[in-house]
Amino acid sequence: MDFGFSLSPSSAVNLDTVDLSLFRKVEARCPDIRTCIGCGSCSATCMASAWSGMSVRQVILALQRGQLRQVEQKLSACMLCGKCTMVCPRGINTRNLILAVSREFKKEEAQ
Amino acid sequence: MREVGQFEYFVIPFLFGMAFVLGYCIIGMVRVILELPQCDRRRFFISLITPKTIWKNIRDIFLNCLIHVKLWKRKPLLGFMHSSIAFGWFMLILIGHIQVLWFIPGRIHTFYHAIFFNFFVEETEPSVAGAVLAFLMELSLLLVLTGIGLAMVKRVASLLFGMRRTTRPSLLDRVGLYSLWAIFPLRLLCEGFVAHVSGGSFLTLPLNWVFRQFLSNPDNMVLTWWGYSLALCVFMCVLPFTRYMHIPAEMLLIPVRNAGIKIRHPRKGFAKLEYYSCPGCGVCIDACPMSVKKANIKDATVYLNRQLRRGNEKRIEEISDKCLLCGKCTALCQVGCQGPELRVAQRSLRTYGLTPDYAALPLDGIKERLAGEGEVLYFAGCMTQLTPAISRATESVLRKAGVPFKRMDPMGEEGLCCGRPLLMAGRTDAARELMARNRELILASGCKTLLLSCPICYRVFAEEYDLPGVRVVHHSVYFEELAAAGRLAIPRLSQRPLVYHDPCELGRGCGIYDEPRSLLGRVGRVVEGEKHHEQAICCGGSLGSLSLGFDKRKDMTLNALRNLCVEDPEAIVTACPLCESSFARYADRPVRDIAEVVDAAVPASAPHPADVLAQK
Repeated sequence: MDFGFSLSPSSAVNLDTVDLSLFRKVEARCPDIRTCIGCGSCSATCMASAWSGMSVRQVILALQRGQLRQVEQKLSACMLCGKCTMVCPRGINTRNLILAVSREFKKEEAQ
Repeated sequence: MREVGQFEYFVIPFLFGMAFVLGYCIIGMVRVILELPQCDRRRFFISLITPKTIWKNIRDIFLNCLIHVKLWKRKPLLGFMHSSIAFGWFMLILIGHIQVLWFIPGRIHTFYHAIFFNFFVEETEPSVAGAVLAFLMELSLLLVLTGIGLAMVKRVASLLFGMRRTTRPSLLDRVGLYSLWAIFPLRLLCEGFVAHVSGGSFLTLPLNWVFRQFLSNPDNMVLTWWGYSLALCVFMCVLPFTRYMHIPAEMLLIPVRNAGIKIRHPRKGFAKLEYYSCPGCGVCIDACPMSVKKANIKDATVYLNRQLRRGNEKRIEEISDKCLLCGKCTALCQVGCQGPELRVAQRSLRTYGLTPDYAALPLDGIKERLAGEGEVLYFAGCMTQLTPAISRATESVLRKAGVPFKRMDPMGEEGLCCGRPLLMAGRTDAARELMARNRELILASGCKTLLLSCPICYRVFAEEYDLPGVRVVHHSVYFEELAAAGRLAIPRLSQRPLVYHDPCELGRGCGIYDEPRSLLGRVGRVVEGEKHHEQAICCGGSLGSLSLGFDKRKDMTLNALRNLCVEDPEAIVTACPLCESSFARYADRPVRDIAEVVDAAVPASAPHPADVLAQK
């Protein structure tokens, strides 16, 4: 029966059950991921954000929430230009972080 | 001269070593040549029969392998030490063969008669030729012995030789080193024992006289000849597994490089030849900007080459990822081993689970923006967007010179990266995809000149892009041309001292050193840092390093700044946005891009008369 509306699936993230394996692997390669304060400087300067929604801040957030498809969708536009590294107030080596995610990422796990 | 013997058992170790090393090198050479891609192999063979390259090969092999010119330029004592061993040894072998040809021509095919000549001959009557050859022989031996004496001193006092730090030799390197040191004193002893029979010259005859004062049993001397032969055998048997492999490898490296071949595979062909040609001298340790304060010493190119030979993947990855790719090790390297290129090749071995996809790029929108008239297309680049003063100054100078231009990546609009950061990270496929899109945009704009502010962009556009009919130019070169043509009226204001910092990518990368200096000379007095031109020190901000964090780069930047400020300049001028922001973080004086300095010097005046006429 069509009511003209439908229920959208819950977007709640249960932090006790999410799969953090990718985050842990990236953390091992790039420990400074833990020092991110989520200021968004990286997103503000990103050359790719205007046309793709790329944002390192959101990638880190998605990693911590186990939302792998979001990680993939955002990171695939990265051109590795390094502006985010230059502006990060915490000195996080974001290029290293992006490469670490790209290396540890497995497509089949994201499905 | 008369032959007194044909064979003695002590020549067997020498012959064994000789056969082993020759066999190993020939098989290695064939393998390396077979590993080259087919087009490169053909190119190599063609170069071997082209007169111009034949001459270049001979000259380079003579100057580099025997004379070690680059080391002479660096420090004469260091050059003398190396060339006395290499050239002296070469002369010993050459004159030894001439002696055999002259006196016992029937024995030229035995190999060992040239090496143990004095043992197998007796001087029946003195001759001029014999005396001259013996003199030359002992002069060469003296040269080698001097070199070996210096090499021993260098092990304890390398600073005398202009090297603050040297490589730590591996175990086999030590075996090779000590057997090399043993060869020549043993040879002197051997020839000293027999000089009264075989004849000799200024070294062996006096030695022989001393020996005969207290030695009577001639059987003792055969033992010394055994020692000499065994030292040669040990050296030749360990040679392929030590740094001394550079001796045969470099002789192949030079013709292959002169044929214009580049690294195509991280471990095969040319790359393999490069890391086997590394003599392990350690000049790159002092050269490396990362080695300041004794940090990262084990990450110099010499250790990369050693780990590549050993196949230690973990260390190869660490060393390759850390490097800033500034290229100074290549500039100073005696054999010209391309450290940065080797590292980028290793990076390209990685596999990634996530591949970039630039399909969403709004190319049409950018093309629309780029449509219309314009002579110059200005691409500021990502890094210049973080230092907007540079792009503002560049635009202002263009306006003052009356050059119509279009901006490819205006502030706040969509822009693309040039692709070089991806190339540096070894992600070649992604870089090519991005570059294809950039190319499309540039060709669609219809501009004839592509102006770049960032040397990183400039290098990739100049080297990797195929842009027919478009001139790729860096702003420092372009402004110098404008000034030289009189389109930029720069009043000579002052004699204030300005130091110019050579950005790695612009200087060592593209060989642009003079234009920025002569442009700067129009504005002030150019002074130099302690190290400049191809020896300039990287600012530490390079995008080349993947794993080096900001906290670890501070010492490098401070070191580069100290180097620039030896003449106490009023300001530090550079031509790279990345250098500018790295220096500005810690500098005690203003740091400016060359565009800013020029813009400040050119008064904002009416447009150029030629442009006014054109508009009418």
